[in-house]
Amino acid sequence: MSRLSGQTPGWPQDPASDHPAAKSDPALLRLHDFTVSLPGPVPIVRGLELSVGRGEALGIVGESGCGKSVTWLAALRLLGRNVTTGGEVLLEGRDIGRLSERDLARVRGGRIALIFQDPSSALNPVQRIGTQLTDVLCQHRGLGGEAARREALRLLDRVGIADGPRRLRQYPHEFSGGMNQRVMIALALAGEPDVLVADEPTTALDATIQAQVLDLIRDIRRETGMALILISHDIGVVGDLCDRIAVMYAGRIVETAATRDLLTRPRHPYTQGLLAALPTLDGPRRRLTPIPGTVPAPAAIPPGCAFAPRCPIAISRCERELPELTLAAQDQRAACLRLGEPVAFPGAPVPAALASEPAGVPA
Amino acid sequence: MTVLLDVRDLARAYPVSTAGGVRRTLHAVDGVSFSLERGRTLGIVGESGCGKSTTAKLTLGLLPATRGQITFEGSPVTAERDRHWRALRRRMQIVHQDPLAALDRRLPVGQQVMEPLVIHGLEANAGAQRQKALALFDAVGLRPDLFERFPHELSGGQRQRVVLARALVLDPALLVCDEPISALDVSVAAQVINLMQDLQMRFGTAYLFISHDLKVVRQVADEVAVMYLGRIVEQGPPDALFHAPAHPYTEALVSAVPTPLRGTQGRIILKGDPPNPVDRPSGCAFHPRCPRAVARCRDEAPALKRVADGRLGACHLVADAPAAAVA
Ligand SMILES: Nc1ncnc2c1ncn2[C@@H]1O[C@H](COP(=O)(O)OP(=O)(O)OP(=O)(O)O)[C@@H](O)[C@H]1O
Ligand SMILES: Nc1ncnc2c1ncn2[C@@H]1O[C@H](COP(=O)(O)OP(=O)(O)OP(=O)(O)O)[C@@H](O)[C@H]1O
Ligand code: SF4
Ligand code: SF4
Ligand SMILES: [Mg+2]
Ligand SMILES: [Mg+2]
Repeated sequence: MSRLSGQTPGWPQDPASDHPAAKSDPALLRLHDFTVSLPGPVPIVRGLELSVGRGEALGIVGESGCGKSVTWLAALRLLGRNVTTGGEVLLEGRDIGRLSERDLARVRGGRIALIFQDPSSALNPVQRIGTQLTDVLCQHRGLGGEAARREALRLLDRVGIADGPRRLRQYPHEFSGGMNQRVMIALALAGEPDVLVADEPTTALDATIQAQVLDLIRDIRRETGMALILISHDIGVVGDLCDRIAVMYAGRIVETAATRDLLTRPRHPYTQGLLAALPTLDGPRRRLTPIPGTVPAPAAIPPGCAFAPRCPIAISRCERELPELTLAAQDQRAACLRLGEPVAFPGAPVPAALASEPAGVPA
Repeated sequence: MTVLLDVRDLARAYPVSTAGGVRRTLHAVDGVSFSLERGRTLGIVGESGCGKSTTAKLTLGLLPATRGQITFEGSPVTAERDRHWRALRRRMQIVHQDPLAALDRRLPVGQQVMEPLVIHGLEANAGAQRQKALALFDAVGLRPDLFERFPHELSGGQRQRVVLARALVLDPALLVCDEPISALDVSVAAQVINLMQDLQMRFGTAYLFISHDLKVVRQVADEVAVMYLGRIVEQGPPDALFHAPAHPYTEALVSAVPTPLRGTQGRIILKGDPPNPVDRPSGCAFHPRCPRAVARCRDEAPALKRVADGRLGACHLVADAPAAAVA
């Protein structure tokens, strides 16, 4: 699959395209000081900083309700009218937050493709798979008729769905869960995106089907150089596929680092806690170390460090001061006022999770 | 050790009609046998639809079996809702995946923990029942001030604790847990896993622990059974099964566990979806997806038998135990 940046039909005519930032920003997609507010006293995503480079795979982890989905839905203006956002969403340095609805629709599914958390909501149940694919190919690549059909067949083949001509005539309910997820990936690829935002793409799938889908995404990235933003609550899934991981807590990024560094020497107490709470398949069986307490509701996010009520090394300053992401090690940033304090959770970090070798083959 | 629960050749079939209106039989569980000792945990793993929940319901007599025997504390379990069954049911309880669905939204959670005592007319009076429920609140780590709360006023982990407290209030000898932590966040899941282990130590409860998460099962189980299409294909200690799987399906299942930084090395990607239980493949049911299948696998079903290191396996390629070890 070839992609020439600047010639992608998905990119709207933009008079600001020679804006200096467009050239100087090395990030493909960057959220800067990004805030999402629902009607209510407190924003659910606050001052978020995140970027993904060209061809990079970035994983986003965090417990349920920390804002993983809302961040990307809001960044692409897919939430209703009563949601307001602040800050910037920069695609190659250009703020797509300022685009008209029509232009943004072309970026979505064109340069930025999305796979939603709930697959049933994303495929149209009353439309044939073929129609859904050719619609996207028409909208984002200007293909029609036989050319669109041929490309749709190629995409189905690419995601490992055999018997394409018959499959194109079928409806989503005639496919298994794993196949529907492959169709979603085919739809996402139809616009030849620069970046795929995949929100829990395998959570509803069986273990062996999940492995198939993760492998497919890995292969496609190898072939096309597509960047990936993979949202998951499962650190295993994210660590399996991503170069870098960002940990979210209560609407903010609390730590980001290369996958190996984050998993072997986490700096933020929350990251350490998440790792200590995970059972592993290898190594000695040890008692798990849960993080005390639970994630606060958006309306009850404490001032200062949102993790303070659960943090074993919190001091009174943590309750007042909002920690910013700061450099903790090379390419590793964490938002904690007490960086460098001794490891907070007895079970963390978990090198055992990394030492795991593929299961032995029976003799 | 005394056997608490013994299950022999358990099966359950459903009549179903396919898209064309053809009447067929779906073998949800098809000849499952296992036993469980007091205070121990048997994990059951396998993919969606392999029959885990059906096995759980059959074991408790919540669903009539098509075939097989269940013996619990020496007496047979049937699905007849008679006095005998109700007496047994006091001793065996179930915990489901979704705590919110398992609780009554209109009733304070404390009352729901007391309810089984009221139903079975246990304890001298309402005061004693309340005391017992409060003791269980304490055992599962719930503050007494949560007694009067409604389910929606609790966190996910607190709700699952309420469900556990309610299941344990009758001092059951067996707790069947069907995906008890799948709906919980990592840190809350860790709390509940630890709690279940503590309660087992304290009360000697046996667990039948169903999950599709091998990491969680390894954490809690003394023994694991891997199911495929209604049958056990391998059974043994978790570390033996997960580190040196004998059955090709276990091997694929273990290799599918997403592991940080592993990349694709060593991963076995199975082709295709799990088959429909209505169309159980001939011979070894796994043969259409099995990377090691040989000609024989298509026609001949492998029996579950004891293999070299004492575990059970159902595969033609797995070496039998030496004759002496079988006994
Ligand atoms: N449309 C909405 N209206 C009001 N609140 C919402 C809406 N969508 C999400 N929220 C709230 O915003 C917070 C963040 O939600 P989000 O869906 O981003 O969480 P998440 O990290 O994706 O969690 P999960 O792992 O469960 O998918 C949650 O507290 C959620 O209840
Ligand atoms: N009442 C029913 N009528 C017909 N088929 C049924 C019925 N209940 C279960 N089945 C079928 O029996 C098989 C086993 O179901 P079961 O719920 O035991 O699977 P499971 O292993 O618990 O799956 P999951 O992991 O999805 O919970 C499935 O194919 C299911 O569709
Ligand atoms: S800022 Fe304070 S409360 Fe927050 S994580 Fe760091 S030490 Fe803990
Ligand atoms: S019996 Fe044959 S098909 Fe079945 S698991 Fe063994 S090798 Fe594979
Ligand atoms: Mg989400
Ligand atoms: Mg089930």
